Amino acid sequence: MHIHFLDPYQPRTSPIHALDARIKFVLTVAFILTVSLTPVAAWPVYILLLALILSVEILSGLGSGYVLKRALLALPFVLAALPVIFTLKGTSLFTIPLGSWTLTASLEGLERFIGVALKSWISLQAAIVLASSTPFPELLQAMRAVGIPRLLVGMFGLMWRYLFVLVDEALRLMRARAARSGQSAEAGKRCGGSVAWRARVTGGMAGNLFLRAFERSDRIYVAMLSRGYDGEVRSLPLLPLTSRGWLALAAGLFLLLLLLLFGILFWG
Amino acid sequence: MHIPDGFLSTLMAVILWVVSAISVAYALRRVDKDLGERQVPLMGVLAAAIFAGQMLNFSVTGGTSGHLLGAALATILLGPWAAIIVLTSVVSIQALIFQDGGLLALGANLFNMAVIGVTVSYFVYTSLHKLARGKSWGVFAGGFAAAWLSIVVASLAAALELALSGTSPANIAVPAMGGIHMLIGLGEGLITVGALAFLYAARGDLLRSGGAAPKGGAAVWIFGLGIAALLAVLSPLASAHPDGLEWVAAQKGFLETARSPLYNLIPDYTFPGISNTALATILAGIIGMLLVFGVALGVAYMRRNKKA
Repeated sequence: MHIHFLDPYQPRTSPIHALDARIKFVLTVAFILTVSLTPVAAWPVYILLLALILSVEILSGLGSGYVLKRALLALPFVLAALPVIFTLKGTSLFTIPLGSWTLTASLEGLERFIGVALKSWISLQAAIVLASSTPFPELLQAMRAVGIPRLLVGMFGLMWRYLFVLVDEALRLMRARAARSGQSAEAGKRCGGSVAWRARVTGGMAGNLFLRAFERSDRIYVAMLSRGYDGEVRSLPLLPLTSRGWLALAAGLFLLLLLLLFGILFWG
Repeated sequence: MHIPDGFLSTLMAVILWVVSAISVAYALRRVDKDLGERQVPLMGVLAAAIFAGQMLNFSVTGGTSGHLLGAALATILLGPWAAIIVLTSVVSIQALIFQDGGLLALGANLFNMAVIGVTVSYFVYTSLHKLARGKSWGVFAGGFAAAWLSIVVASLAAALELALSGTSPANIAVPAMGGIHMLIGLGEGLITVGALAFLYAARGDLLRSGGAAPKGGAAVWIFGLGIAALLAVLSPLASAHPDGLEWVAAQKGFLETARSPLYNLIPDYTFPGISNTALATILAGIIGMLLVFGVALGVAYMRRNKKA
């Protein structure tokens, strides 16, 4: 397995890492679907879901700190939901005077906003646990098992194989540009040409990268041909799930269904 | 523009998953027919290249930087079907491994970036390319316009999806997303032109002969036109939602004083001389659509001329 700073996989020995990738994949999607379907005001259910994902994080040995830090990534998007606090009509909470007009926050709007932010935060943690506890080749097998077309899975696999090679290539291009560009010691003083010029130079680099990738794909294709490739993406047949695996899958799905019903019956 | 999980209603997410799955399955079949056994290495490596290409950035001003997204570049070089597959790979891996966009929201992200981004790029690029009749300005003008419009239209689609999910009011989401992406689109356009200029000089055969490019047919072209026209009409209509009228006015007053430089780019949402905001925005939509149809008619006219 190629170790690269981009690869999110964190090797540990934990029951979560040991769990079959297919089960993890299905349970993660089911978890995110459950979070999405939970009604807005069902706060106890959100707390239970959050507790569930936090305990999985601790069980996986990744630690909640690591996952929470990565989960901050999607934070800026929360801004998109912010205006809903003030536009949804309902019981008014407080008003902010801004010059000649006022913003009125409503209880319903605030609830909707917190609901959206919580949902995205909890879902994100589940996706991070999946990516950090499962090596990519196993994820590919899981994708095959749930019926994603073999051709597409084959492309994902090849993309992953060459992702790091091409990212390194892109970084080399950028290093070369940095090495040839002067930088003023005076902070904020612009060097080089206009923004349009800089964009065009970057575009040249992108074109260069694309061309190299194009030619590389030719070489790869010839190498594959010479090793007997005939257009069919072959891989080892999937092992059947063990009975313990089935049990884990059923228990996980049952728990999620229970939480969802709890939320819908009491707050739906 | 990658929508995370939790921001779309479940219904919206599932519907867009189905739409994207059908489009990708169809594109996969077309690519299979065109490229045969070459496709797996070619598509896989080019998807990795687009992903890596997104790391290439340039400083704009004050710590912000622009970078490539690549939908238009992929469409111009590979044709629409292969571009849909390449972008599907890129967006899926971003969601699955790097949590850039949610898993349930992946259907919507695929729809916005792979399906809409590619078809709009294809429609704009082939139209301008044909108008130029093989002259080189068609490649560059087409590339710039395709890159800019594909970003803007995809962001409008994302804003409408958020609005329809009740996550963000349309009268704020549409102008805000559209406005920001009109700026981002400029960067995308400039980088795309830079890349095309490099490729034109280094491997002109890829671009001139139409080489790897574009056998999408009328269906993709019409779909791209349809999407662009639909969103041009829908977004102003949505952003002039009657409930939000006072809000729009207030928002504009507020934003103009707070961050006028950003907002100055989209004063076109109201036409001068027309006091009714809804009417003005609809007018803007209609004029936008007429412009698009003008291009379409121009191309049709050119084609007829060529035949005669």
